[in-house]
Parts: sequence; C-alpha cells; structure tokens
Amino acid sequence: MKTARAQASAVRRPSRVGSTAELRAFQRTMLRALIQPLGPDDGPQERGVDGRPMAEVAASFIKPNARLDSLERLEIYHRMYWWRLIDCVVEDCPGLAALLGNDALDRLVRAYLAKYPSRSFTLRNLCSRLPRFIAEEPRWTAPRSAPALDVARFEWAQTVAYDAEERPLLGPAEIAGVPPARLRLTLQPHLSLLALGCTADEFVYSVRRRSALRAEASNAPEAPGRGRRQTRRPPAPGRKRVCVAVFRVKGNLRHLRLEPAAFRILEAIRAGLPLERAIAAGGRVKPGQIEDWFAMWMKLGWFCRSP
Amino acid sequence: MPANRFNGHTDHGIGIGLRVPHYAHILEKKPVVGWFEIISENFMVDGGRPLEILDRILEQYHVVQHGVSMYFGSADKPDRAHLRKLKELVRRTHTPWISDHLCWGSVDGTYSHDLLPMPYTFAAARRTAEKIRQVRDYLGIPVCVENVSSYAEFHASEMTEWEFLSEVVEGADCGILLDVNNIYVSSKNHGFNPYDYLNGVPAERVGQIHIAGHTKFEKYILDTHDHPVLDPVWRLYDHATRRCGVTATLLEWDDRIPSFDEVHAEALKAGKFIAAARKASR
Repeated sequence: MKTARAQASAVRRPSRVGSTAELRAFQRTMLRALIQPLGPDDGPQERGVDGRPMAEVAASFIKPNARLDSLERLEIYHRMYWWRLIDCVVEDCPGLAALLGNDALDRLVRAYLAKYPSRSFTLRNLCSRLPRFIAEEPRWTAPRSAPALDVARFEWAQTVAYDAEERPLLGPAEIAGVPPARLRLTLQPHLSLLALGCTADEFVYSVRRRSALRAEASNAPEAPGRGRRQTRRPPAPGRKRVCVAVFRVKGNLRHLRLEPAAFRILEAIRAGLPLERAIAAGGRVKPGQIEDWFAMWMKLGWFCRSP
Repeated sequence: MPANRFNGHTDHGIGIGLRVPHYAHILEKKPVVGWFEIISENFMVDGGRPLEILDRILEQYHVVQHGVSMYFGSADKPDRAHLRKLKELVRRTHTPWISDHLCWGSVDGTYSHDLLPMPYTFAAARRTAEKIRQVRDYLGIPVCVENVSSYAEFHASEMTEWEFLSEVVEGADCGILLDVNNIYVSSKNHGFNPYDYLNGVPAERVGQIHIAGHTKFEKYILDTHDHPVLDPVWRLYDHATRRCGVTATLLEWDDRIPSFDEVHAEALKAGKFIAAARKASR
C-alpha cells in the first residue's frame, strides 16, 4: 500500500504514467483542470485548484509544440468542455433561457456545472440536478428564483417523459378482487407529478410555440451553440398554484392540469399507499369524481405493472 | 479483408451516421443506404421516441453501434449500469460489432463528455486492453476501437500514437475503427506523417473506417464533422483502403448537417476509392 506521501507525489507528478494508479493520478490532474471554471473572456484561470499557476500545471503534463504552449493546448480542451456542456443545458432548457435571458442563464449554468459536474455517462442526465441547484443557490436566478425553479422542474419532467420507461399497462383483470385496503397501484416511470407555484407549464409551451413560429417564419432555425441571438423575454409565468402531470402518450409529450385532490391521490399512490388510503388522502370530492378520474388515468395508461 | 472477425464477418459497404434531422426523410423515402451507424448513448434509454424511431429503422436497415462514453482508457473500472444498458441495446439492434474510442473521459465517476487523448505508455496500454477485453466478453460481440483526433501530447508518452494503438489492439485482441480524418487532424496538430501512422497499424485488424470533415484554425485543426471530406483525407482513405482492403466505411457529419441526399452523396464518393482498391487487389 502506498504511503500518503507517495500518493501525493503521484498526484503532483503526472508526467509519469507507469501504472494504473499513475494513470488515475494523471487523469485526475487533467480533469481537475478541465472542470475548473473558465477565466475572464473564457480564457484560462490564472491559478489551478492547488494554487499553482495554471501555466505550470499545464506544463507539468502537456508538451508544447512550435505553435502552441502547454497552456494553450490545455485550453482547447478546457473551453470545449465548458462550451459543450453549457450548450447542452441551454438546449434542454428553452423555458429557462426565455425566463432569465441568455446571459443570466449562462451564468447559472456555469455555476451549476461547477458545483455539480456530470456524474452520468449520458448527457441526457445533465440537467437532473438543476432544480436542486436553483433551490440551493437562488442568487443565480434572482429576482425570478421561484418561477425559475418551477420552469426547471417542468423542463426536467419533460426530459423524463420523453424517454423514460413505459411499463406494460395494468389490466382490470389484474386488480379485480383485490380489496382497496390492500391494492397498491404503480404509476408509469415517465409520469411526473409537479405542484408548482406558477403557470410554468403554459410558459414553457408558449416559449416553444414562439420559437417554432420564429423558425418557420425565417426558415432559418437557430443553430444550437454559441452566439445565440438575444431575444425579447416573454413575461414571467403568472403566480398561481397549479398541479401538473407531465407524461407521454404514444410517443408524444403531454401535460395535464390536475385538481389538488386528484394530485394528492396520485402522490399517495406513487408513495406506495394502498388505494383506500390514497383516495382518503385526496380529501372530500364530488360524488362520482373519483371514478371519473381513475377512468381517465386508466385511459391515459398511467397505471402499470410493478417492476 | 472486407469481412473479418472484427466486424462480425460482414461486408456492409458505405454507410452514414443516423442523425435526427434525417429521421423524417429516411422513414418516409426509405433511401437505399448500405448501413447506418448510431451513437449508442442516444438510444440507451428506457423508452419513448428514440427507441420507436430505432425500431422502425431496424426494420429496413443494417445498424451498427458506435459509442462515445465507454472510455476504454479511463483508469476507472467499466460502469456496470452503462454496460447493462449497452447490452440491452446490442440485443435490440443485433449490431455485428460495436465501436468506441481509444481515449479516456471520466475519472472517479465524473464525466467530461469529451474524447480525451491517452498518455501513450505501456502501463496505460495494458490497462486499456484489459478493459476492452472485459467489455467484449460481457457483450459477446467484436469490439473495434477508434483512434481519436487530439490537440495535446503528453510528457509521459513512451511511444507514438500508432504504436500505442497497435499495443492496445494486440493486447486486447480487438479490431480497429480507423478514422482517417482523425489521423490527418492529429498529424497536423502534432507534426507527424499520417502515412507513417497508416503504415504502422496492423491492417488485418481494421474492421471499419471513418471519414469526416474538419476545420482549420490559425494554429491547429479541429475535428468538427461539419464539412465535406477534404482532399488530403480522401488521399489517406485511398491509401488505407489499398492497405487494409475494402472495409466498411462510414461518413460522420454531426454539425451544420445538410440534407440527407447531400450527406449520402458525400459518403458515396468513397465508392471511387473502393473500386480502385478492388481493381488493384485483383
């Protein structure tokens, strides 16, 4: 087993890669340099995370050539890392871009990725922790932090609805005869239930409609990536408590406003409560309402077999 | 060597990358295409539109999987969840081989989502070969590793890139996805002769070839996949085809993607070199 001093030495001397441990140390050194936020004007930071000048860090493992010094070569990767991931988040969050404006969103995404670098092999999951980050650090979205959180939650729910699993539907025969006190239903994994403080659903859809119309009118879709046009921001979504289900039907994204009692019932089902208790969680409703809701939810395919 | 054990003894000819802007055209017009290469990660999902589209494509076409995040060169062990999802997709597509890059991109579970170059050392080659073997054994199909384009070289390196590639594929007993555009880009960025590279790799292990476009900047060349294939790359492709034999060839066009017909026409230009190689080999 290596001593702490030997381990520290391996980390500091990434110029030698004679073992898997040294390969890991080399890769840690480079990845630390890449995920460090970009400096002014998207240039390099003056110092690395260990306090050494960035030029020294780069020179410790990257060779210069006749045209580029070590730091310039490192910066090609550094910028690519940040620009690729920023563009990816921005592409997945057109509602947030419209709400905050491109510059504020850019600052938010940089802060988000600095705190929560990707932990998944797929870029699909890059925004999964964005709502949590907005809740933890509202200064990046102030003064629109509350709607920003709701819009981010709604847009992540759309990602889930787009490609999460659709399990086989639950047939009436499978639940026939099971008493409601024991019957536990399972909701489709692609279905998200959101209690929002604003009309984020309407807002996101109006943004998508506007951008679709703009693209159609100009016949020149905006290329994703750097240098996006700054467009006039639409008004923020109205403050209103709404309950929304985001889901998929035959490959198409859908969302549906729910009455609070219906929302409570579905949340209780998702939490694993037996049907009888889930219905009780909904509170008082009009006669026949529960039956109507369940008929609609069955029709939408929300109930599925357990995994 | 059109068909060899590294490409599942197939002879797919010329293909193009399956990209979203072309879905509607392909599904509606059903153009004749040798094969499509898919980015595995785009379809390693649990449901929804991506898999519906893929299933419709699979009804009509040969599909080969190409990955971008296995990171054979990362010191970390292969991610089990990633492997499970990849295997599910392999079962769905019946891909005769899979490919991914000779690079690293993650450490300690944090992902760069980039194809980062390796330090070309014997220890790194051993570790990389070991991971390729693990992945191949788990998936149960041939694996080809692709040379990446790069913008940095490392003090730690003990050999050339093509020696490293050879060391890895011999150690793993796997195939090569030879990207001639990447060879060209790296040769310009690092000042080596791309023909030394082509002549230095074990030709009998080449199971597939990639061609693509790139962009020249003042001090370096970037592998952008947003242009037609440039003449020096076609010349390298010609040389590679004569040396390796006629091999499954795939055009990558990933940014500023033109119409399907334009991309397909660009890919089919490879046919001229394939015909010449066939004639030369008679």
